[in-house]
Amino acid sequence: MSSQFTPNNPLPQEAKVPQEIAVFSPEVEAEMDRHLAKYPVKRSAILPLMFIVQRERGGYLDPPGVAYLADRLGVRITDIWEVATFYSMINTEPVGKYHLQVCKTLSCKIMGAGRVTAKCTERLGIKPGQTTEDGMFSLSEVECLGSCGTAPMMQIGFDYYENLTDEKVDEIINKCQGGELSNGVR
Amino acid sequence: MFIGAIGCEPLQLRRVLLDNSASLEVYRANGGYEALQKVLNGMSPDDVIGEVKKSALRGRGGAGFPTGMKWGFVPKDSPKPKYVVCNADESEPGTFKDRYLMERDPHMLIEGMLIAAYALGARTNYVYTRGEYRYLIEIMDVALAEARAAGLLGEKILGTDFNCEIYTHTGAGAYICGEETALLNSLEGLRGHPRMKPPFPAVAGLYGCPTVVNNVETLTAVPDIIKMGGEAYQKLGTEKSGGTKVWSVSGHVNRPGVYELPMGYDDMEKFILEDCQGILGGKQLKAVIPGGSSVYIMPAADIVGKDVRMDYEGLVAAGSSVGSGGFIVMDETVDIFESTKNLTEFYKHESCGWCTPCREGTDWLVKVFKRIESGEGRPDDAQLLLDIVDNIEGKSFCPLGDAASWPIQSAIKKFPEDFRRKVLNGNGHVKDGLPTA
Ligand SMILES: Cc1cc2nc3c(=O)[nH]c(=O)nc-3n(C[C@H](O)[C@H](O)[C@H](O)COP(=O)(O)O)c2cc1C
Ligand code: SF4
Ligand code: FES
Repeated sequence: MSSQFTPNNPLPQEAKVPQEIAVFSPEVEAEMDRHLAKYPVKRSAILPLMFIVQRERGGYLDPPGVAYLADRLGVRITDIWEVATFYSMINTEPVGKYHLQVCKTLSCKIMGAGRVTAKCTERLGIKPGQTTEDGMFSLSEVECLGSCGTAPMMQIGFDYYENLTDEKVDEIINKCQGGELSNGVR
Repeated sequence: MFIGAIGCEPLQLRRVLLDNSASLEVYRANGGYEALQKVLNGMSPDDVIGEVKKSALRGRGGAGFPTGMKWGFVPKDSPKPKYVVCNADESEPGTFKDRYLMERDPHMLIEGMLIAAYALGARTNYVYTRGEYRYLIEIMDVALAEARAAGLLGEKILGTDFNCEIYTHTGAGAYICGEETALLNSLEGLRGHPRMKPPFPAVAGLYGCPTVVNNVETLTAVPDIIKMGGEAYQKLGTEKSGGTKVWSVSGHVNRPGVYELPMGYDDMEKFILEDCQGILGGKQLKAVIPGGSSVYIMPAADIVGKDVRMDYEGLVAAGSSVGSGGFIVMDETVDIFESTKNLTEFYKHESCGWCTPCREGTDWLVKVFKRIESGEGRPDDAQLLLDIVDNIEGKSFCPLGDAASWPIQSAIKKFPEDFRRKVLNGNGHVKDGLPTA
């Protein structure tokens, strides 16, 4: 069996902090059902459902979204936080509409990742880990995204932008600012 | 970026350049699902496992474990359901081949998984894909729907009694979830901490049931093994490592890309200088990390004029290993202190925090690297790094701790001058505690 850590004193049900629970449209509910149907155990759908909740709740897991997931999956609220805080793609705080994630690992580094980050900082006035005041852009440095052969690269939402140059970064940011580019969230 | 085969007929990369290569139609028009048909037309599960054993196929996820042997460990008499899980987490720095295999030829993976599921008696199976590869999950979902509509998935596949389902699953940004037991925890909806082995997944894996976890490239080799026979597949490679291997080439080469080579391709120098068209900007080769970030770094002197054979045995003899086949090439401008610091930061970030040696050790390593970089290096800092590593390697709960250790050990051993320069630049000490080159 799994070597899952089971606390000696599980939280009693009544210790669940009562709070607002998020509500989703029937389409979104149906989308979640399709994921739940894949597994013999509901909890297995936790990551796919988290991505949906985060997309629907403005880019991150807010407490009502967490309460919803606990309820939907039949687990405790702490179980949701426990998982959410482990995975770097699950946001527990708001992020900008466009989340620029620049790969900083070796192949990208030696091919100019530093320049890409610097260019983003120069254009947006934010450092990695920050969000612009208008909430439009967040900048992060992330680890290898499997695009090492087309380095340097970044991901915006789920979309890949590869073989980056200063000009390409400029063009991408211009398009974001003009609202002509998808933020890659889906 | 190049994608294709060198030194052999393309096998895994046979269809990747065709128009619409991801479609069922193109797959079928080019020999697709013939292997599944052959299996269902009269091969027993044991026949299938036998062919895979004969093929000398070794797992392509990094550890190189013989696939047929792994399949053989699954208990036949277990009343529990069995699972085949495809490891498409592909997060080892420098590795991107699984991405192109799934993007360009998703049905090859589906067919490989179906055959594995048939051989192992699995009904429900999952493709665990790293969360960042969302577009690949979308491609796989389209391919799975096509296969389902064509009677290749679901009940009574191709009119036989074989029933099988394959579902995609998403990770969410955690390198450790590529480790097979962490992957299973993650698939169960838990944090991605590794599990104690034994029991091995073949006995108690997903939901405590017998489970085989295989890499994408391992599973996509299966249809060809069945079609040509295990022996013929083995002959494409060497006696102990059969078939072909798909390498991901990145860094300072003129033609990075995804290269399929026969196992035992005989010369790494030629591969870099001719096949990958040499070093970018006409510079000199300094080092190669041939198998993803976790393997030993090789200095140019161990490659040039050395006839390094590109297979499991050849690379071990040359002082490194095949790993995931993530081939990172570095030119003379790269400082190996810096590159090693970069990788150590990766491991620190990706340590899952479960066990103390790796969680604390990787943090200490990064602190020492940063101190040296800031000019505060101390004469015995390289030895300090080696001492910390000594407390991680072999003393951690899972192999990530070892993976964090090896790059540092080999970098200090093979490039002492890069470490010495950093330490000395810092404070002008004369004695530095480093081995001389
Ligand atoms: C830290 C760590 C990360 C790993 N990452 C991957 C990965 O991304 N993809 C993969 O196929 N195997 C990965 N592995 C290897 C798997 O644990 C396992 O050996 C492999 O999936 C088995 O499949 P194979 O026999 O087909 O190679 C990783 C192992 C470790 C220790
Ligand atoms: S070695 Fe590292 S990654 Fe593996 S269990 Fe320990 S802390 Fe987690
Ligand atoms: S190192 Fe940047 S994508 Fe792999």
